[in-house]
Amino acid sequence: MLILLTGLLLGGTYTLIALGLTLQYGVARIMNLANGETLVAACFVTFWLYTGFGINPLLGLLVIGPVAFVVNWLIYTWLMQPLVKRARNRGMLEVDSILATFGLLFLFQGLMLQAFGGSYFNYEFLAQPFSIMGNSFGLNRVVAFVAAAVIAVALYTFLYHTDRGTAVRAVAVDPRAAMLVAIDVRKTAAFAFALGGAITACAGTLLSTFYTFNTSMGVIFTMKALIIVIMGGVGDVRGAVLAALVLGVTETLVASLLDPGLTLAANYALFIVVLLFRPQGIFGKRPA
Amino acid sequence: MMNIPRKELLALGAGLAGVAVLAFLPLVTEGFWLSLSVNIMLYAAICTAWALFSGPTHLVSLASAAFFGVGTYSVAIFIDVLPFPALILIAVVAGALLATLVGLATLRLSGVYFVIFTLGLAELLGQIVTWVQTNFGGTIGLYVFTDFTETHLYWMLLALTVVVFVTGWLINRSRLGLALRIIGNDEAVARHVGVDTARTRVILFAVSGAFIAVAGAIMAPRYGYITPDAAFNPMTSFLVVIMALLGGTRRLWGPLVGVVPFTVVMDFISGHFPNQTAVIMGLAFLAIVYVLPDGVTGQLETLFRRRRSIDKSLLAASAEEGR
Repeated sequence: MLILLTGLLLGGTYTLIALGLTLQYGVARIMNLANGETLVAACFVTFWLYTGFGINPLLGLLVIGPVAFVVNWLIYTWLMQPLVKRARNRGMLEVDSILATFGLLFLFQGLMLQAFGGSYFNYEFLAQPFSIMGNSFGLNRVVAFVAAAVIAVALYTFLYHTDRGTAVRAVAVDPRAAMLVAIDVRKTAAFAFALGGAITACAGTLLSTFYTFNTSMGVIFTMKALIIVIMGGVGDVRGAVLAALVLGVTETLVASLLDPGLTLAANYALFIVVLLFRPQGIFGKRPA
Repeated sequence: MMNIPRKELLALGAGLAGVAVLAFLPLVTEGFWLSLSVNIMLYAAICTAWALFSGPTHLVSLASAAFFGVGTYSVAIFIDVLPFPALILIAVVAGALLATLVGLATLRLSGVYFVIFTLGLAELLGQIVTWVQTNFGGTIGLYVFTDFTETHLYWMLLALTVVVFVTGWLINRSRLGLALRIIGNDEAVARHVGVDTARTRVILFAVSGAFIAVAGAIMAPRYGYITPDAAFNPMTSFLVVIMALLGGTRRLWGPLVGVVPFTVVMDFISGHFPNQTAVIMGLAFLAIVYVLPDGVTGQLETLFRRRRSIDKSLLAASAEEGR
């Protein structure tokens, strides 16, 4: 039970990371391998705001979210759009965007390494016990989970109950058909990419309240996000939530029952199972 | 009877002459330059092997470090019980096996799955090896003691590079090579004319992976003490991609053009500015995508072709005038 709850709490944050990536990949069609770096950057900014200015990380969300939105929007319009224009087919765009975001990954990682060095960071925020059903958890983990849930629900409401959100989903399904019903695909894609970056950054802020972070851990989180996105089905919000919770629980199970050094192996085991049996995602339909 | 085009015979001659010259290198240099040459030769072998698969299929493999580590560990585990040539064979089998497993799981699906899967593969194997060693083996790390000097490593890597080139050339001439070119041009067409696209890719990935594992096996004596972190260093995968794409993968010798300068540059940077390596690699990736999408050789070829077509049209125009 303890394991299950710990896993679910962790899965809350994973959900946000994966939602960020699924917006970027599912809608804007950019496989953003620098996604983890956005997360790590948000961790560091939160740390800096909290220890330097005493700004509560939850308030920090209000700053970090919009800033990440603008930065990601600029990245999309300046760096990704030329690639979208030049690509002759989906495959070419995939290769180009993977290589370009790889460049960004190393660039960001290098810059953060210059600024903060390679050591591990953490800070104390709401480090007090909180009991759920007789088991005690760090209050910071619970708060992070609740905040993640609020953001995820807000995103869901936006995507499924507003015109703008419907436009975003339409582009995810078929960009050309979306164009026919008067959706500005380019603008919507840029918006989705920026929104995805902002959500990932929020996940980073929440993660930093209970997690020890360093400059080079971004890739691991990109991997996790990708596995969740594929497991849940690209562009599928419900699938991503379920997959994130599954990943969180599996990881916690392996870490507490086997060895904490095997979490990546647990991720891979899930990944392989998904690839072999449901490559279209949990709720996905088989392509015709 | 094989009929080999004249152009390829010329290239063969030039290649043989080049190899002969390179083979004498260790007799005239030593120390720093020799060890730099070993690095260059190492990446020449790995990048060419990488491009065997990733060039025609356009699938970016980030598994080089995984194959390299598998090769290194093939040597480290069995060095006390088997002779070195047998260890190379084990590396070949282990590399091919790993590639086949990864290929069977991912190459039937869209390319992104493959890239993602290979992204964390080295790290995964490193974690597993660490786990096995701490729980069952006692110590992390294995010793590899041999009588090999840098010169021996250099010669072995040179030989490996030659074998990779010959294999690449043979593949190009074979049915497999034809199938690959069709897949590279249009996968739908390939499937319609009866090419088993997944099988072709898996075979090629296995060949490429086996070669990279051999490179890892050859390098094991240089480390002396093998740890998972060193053997499965993910940086190897990224450097290989940068170098090969920088040179260009349209031609068999394309990656070499990237390997030589980039190895020298990385050696200088990691020696003098170790904290800047990530930034330099980031800039290199961006430069490849935005400035040199076909690599240096691809770019030159395009330039050359354009020049020639301009010449031809000028010639045609002047012929018109003369009439």
